[in-house]
Amino acid sequence: MNFGFTEEQELLREQAQRFVEQRCTMPRVREWAASDQGFSRELFAEIAELGWTGLLIPEAHGGAGLGWVEAALVLEVIGSALVPGPLASTLLAGAAIAELGSDAQKQRYLPELAAGKRIGTVALLEGDGSLDVGGVAAEAKGEGGGLVATGEKAHVLDAAAADLFVVALRGEQGLLLCVVEGDAEGVSAQRQPIIDRTKHLGSVRLEGASVPAEAILCEGAEAEAAYRRLFDLGAVAVTAEMVGAADAAHQLTVGYAKERTQFGRPIGQYQGVKHPLAEMFVDIATFRSLLYYAAWVAAGQPDALRRAVSMAKAYASDAFARVGIDTIQLHGAIGYTAEYDAQLYLKRSKFARPTFGDSDYHYERVAQLGGL
Amino acid sequence: MDFDLTPEEEAFRAEVVAFLDENLPVKDMRAWTRKVREKRWVGFSWPKEVGGGGGTLMQQAILKAEMAKRRAPALGTCFMGLAWVGPGLIEYGTAEQKQRFIPDILDSKVQWCTGYSEPDVGSDLAALQCRGERDGDHYVVNGQKIWTSLAPFADWMILLVRTAPMEGGNKHAGITCLLVHMKSEGIEVRPIENMAGGRMFAEVFFTNVRVPVDQRLGAEGEGWAVTVSALANERSSISEVEALLRRLDELKNLARATRKHGRPVLEDPAVRRRIAHFETVIEGMRLNGLRFLTKQLKGEPLTSETSVNKLHRATLEVAMADFALTLQGPAAAYTKGAEPAIESGKWQQSSLSWPDTVIGGGTPNIQKNIIAERILGLPKD
Ligand SMILES: Cc1cc2nc3c(=O)[nH]c(=O)nc-3n(C[C@H](O)[C@H](O)[C@H](O)COP(=O)(O)OP(=O)(O)OC[C@H]3O[C@@H](n4cnc5c(N)ncnc54)[C@H](O)[C@@H]3O)c2cc1C
Repeated sequence: MNFGFTEEQELLREQAQRFVEQRCTMPRVREWAASDQGFSRELFAEIAELGWTGLLIPEAHGGAGLGWVEAALVLEVIGSALVPGPLASTLLAGAAIAELGSDAQKQRYLPELAAGKRIGTVALLEGDGSLDVGGVAAEAKGEGGGLVATGEKAHVLDAAAADLFVVALRGEQGLLLCVVEGDAEGVSAQRQPIIDRTKHLGSVRLEGASVPAEAILCEGAEAEAAYRRLFDLGAVAVTAEMVGAADAAHQLTVGYAKERTQFGRPIGQYQGVKHPLAEMFVDIATFRSLLYYAAWVAAGQPDALRRAVSMAKAYASDAFARVGIDTIQLHGAIGYTAEYDAQLYLKRSKFARPTFGDSDYHYERVAQLGGL
Repeated sequence: MDFDLTPEEEAFRAEVVAFLDENLPVKDMRAWTRKVREKRWVGFSWPKEVGGGGGTLMQQAILKAEMAKRRAPALGTCFMGLAWVGPGLIEYGTAEQKQRFIPDILDSKVQWCTGYSEPDVGSDLAALQCRGERDGDHYVVNGQKIWTSLAPFADWMILLVRTAPMEGGNKHAGITCLLVHMKSEGIEVRPIENMAGGRMFAEVFFTNVRVPVDQRLGAEGEGWAVTVSALANERSSISEVEALLRRLDELKNLARATRKHGRPVLEDPAVRRRIAHFETVIEGMRLNGLRFLTKQLKGEPLTSETSVNKLHRATLEVAMADFALTLQGPAAAYTKGAEPAIESGKWQQSSLSWPDTVIGGGTPNIQKNIIAERILGLPKD
């Protein structure tokens, strides 16, 4: 047993940290987030160059053939700098096709995703707020030889940037998952403004988009299981970024508490400041443990994933929300300014909390899995 | 990262499980104590030379986890002897002291107690005042200790005294650790009743108690270092996690069997959420424990990470018992012996006993100071 990282994993983490320190300074992150597309294509190409877009893609298809522990490590570091861009979503699309696709499908989609030439994402949810398969109403109906898709997918990560979508549809044999290309006829994606400018969500409208048989990944019961697993993997990805972001917010605040002096003493000497900082440390250390374990079972023990991921995401959703608020509060007025970075973490916590399930949803799942 | 056991670890686990399957549940406590002693599980992590098991950290973790899962009784009955007196002796004891004290601890022949706290000295332990004055080959001890657990039953005490006055700001110098027989002349023990009705701790008064110099542990003035190193052994949270899991199971059973406002309480999403949250924190503690264990296995020193799980545990101890009462509606007020009492008032009892862990091992505020100052590097108050 070993709840530590291998040497290779440590190297990957160091590489990611170096890259982020050098390339993703906060002024740049702000600039990218405020740009038209909301992220830097140039930076995304560099990330692909480092092999991170292909982390979860088998070597035979141009990826690194690694697992969720590695993906989580990289996403944690990316999250720590609030780096905008479609890495998490491309990793998810790659994982979906690698796990569900036929050889031909893998050959067709994966090398370009691995190389970062195309951006991928998953489109599972719709507007009614339901998180499970029952919420899928967008239809795929038989017409001629193939299927035609109609409906609207919502809350899609990086929808506007994506070149291909792994989409959940309601077909004639029940649920189906398929790949829809962004430039196909009848497909349009729209970015929607959200509270956190370093993250992007949008909707995907399908208006008679054709779904050829070669693009279908799975159907029926298999598709339902795949939907749930993809949703859970999405939660792993978001939570990994939450660990990094919460940790960075905490470090920012600890640093400030050592420097800022009031009543003749550094404010970090007052227990009204130091105790919340200690509580944040406890919370972050704990959801980090829960997240690493979820990432490990995602690769090795898929059956344990549901419970592990729900615990991590539930705990993180509440804890990071508190970290975000305390970060502002412990800074005083400077924390309220647009110019200071504290607010960016608060906004990330508000994005991350509902994304791939909030704590109410995930604690209910923990209750059910725990026999209640 | 790999949570599976290696073949060697698995083999050890299998040996543990086989032994436990054969010997549990325990019918005869004495026989159990003798058997686990023969197996060298008492003092399992102590070196073989002093009679311990020479077990590795990992084996120790496996042993504790399997035992706790099966609700096995403790290994040996000399609780404080096994928890910190023995480790203190191993690190600081003379050859003669090791020979004199360790076998009886391992054989459960004695009970030890811990004389640290004083009426004016709690969290700020280093400010202790109980005096030890050298007189030839004895120390003469005068002063008072309080909250001394097991003092009414103990044979020996590990005692901290001040042998030199506090100099300047350095409270830590001048503290000396003595091993004192509780039947020594001049010791008086007065039990204190706690709010749950227990009488496990006591005041201990010392009037000219003569302690031979060869019962000093470590050098004169080195008592603080002895204490810190001994308390560092009060560490592995693995068995605590299993105990909390058992409590969680009991809480779930209570929730399954309980109706409030005419409905099963489990129909209330807030109740379900709360229990799921407890389960999640306990799992987080388990994983934190493994993460810290991995650090130790790699030879990195554990600094103050254990405070993380101590804080979780403190919160859970208070919250779980209190939450259980809120499920019970009007029956929540009744205790053992009352007809409406649920589960014979078990939860009422635990709602009064949490200070054992929450205050006894360093208060939550002190744990937060430790994290803030030692891990985060914030200035001391
Ligand atoms: C069940 C039980 C068993 C015990 N067994 C033993 C034993 O066997 N041997 C032994 O020597 N002692 C024993 N103790 C004593 C225990 O170690 C002390 O109670 C503990 O260290 C706290 O000290 P105190 O009770 O004097 O509280 P105090 O230190 O007076 O604290 C009172 C309150 O002030 C807070 N406080 C104190 N200092 C600070 C600070 N710097 N910052 C913020 N808050 C602060 C505390 O958190 C607490 O809330 C036992 C206690 C209990 C409850």
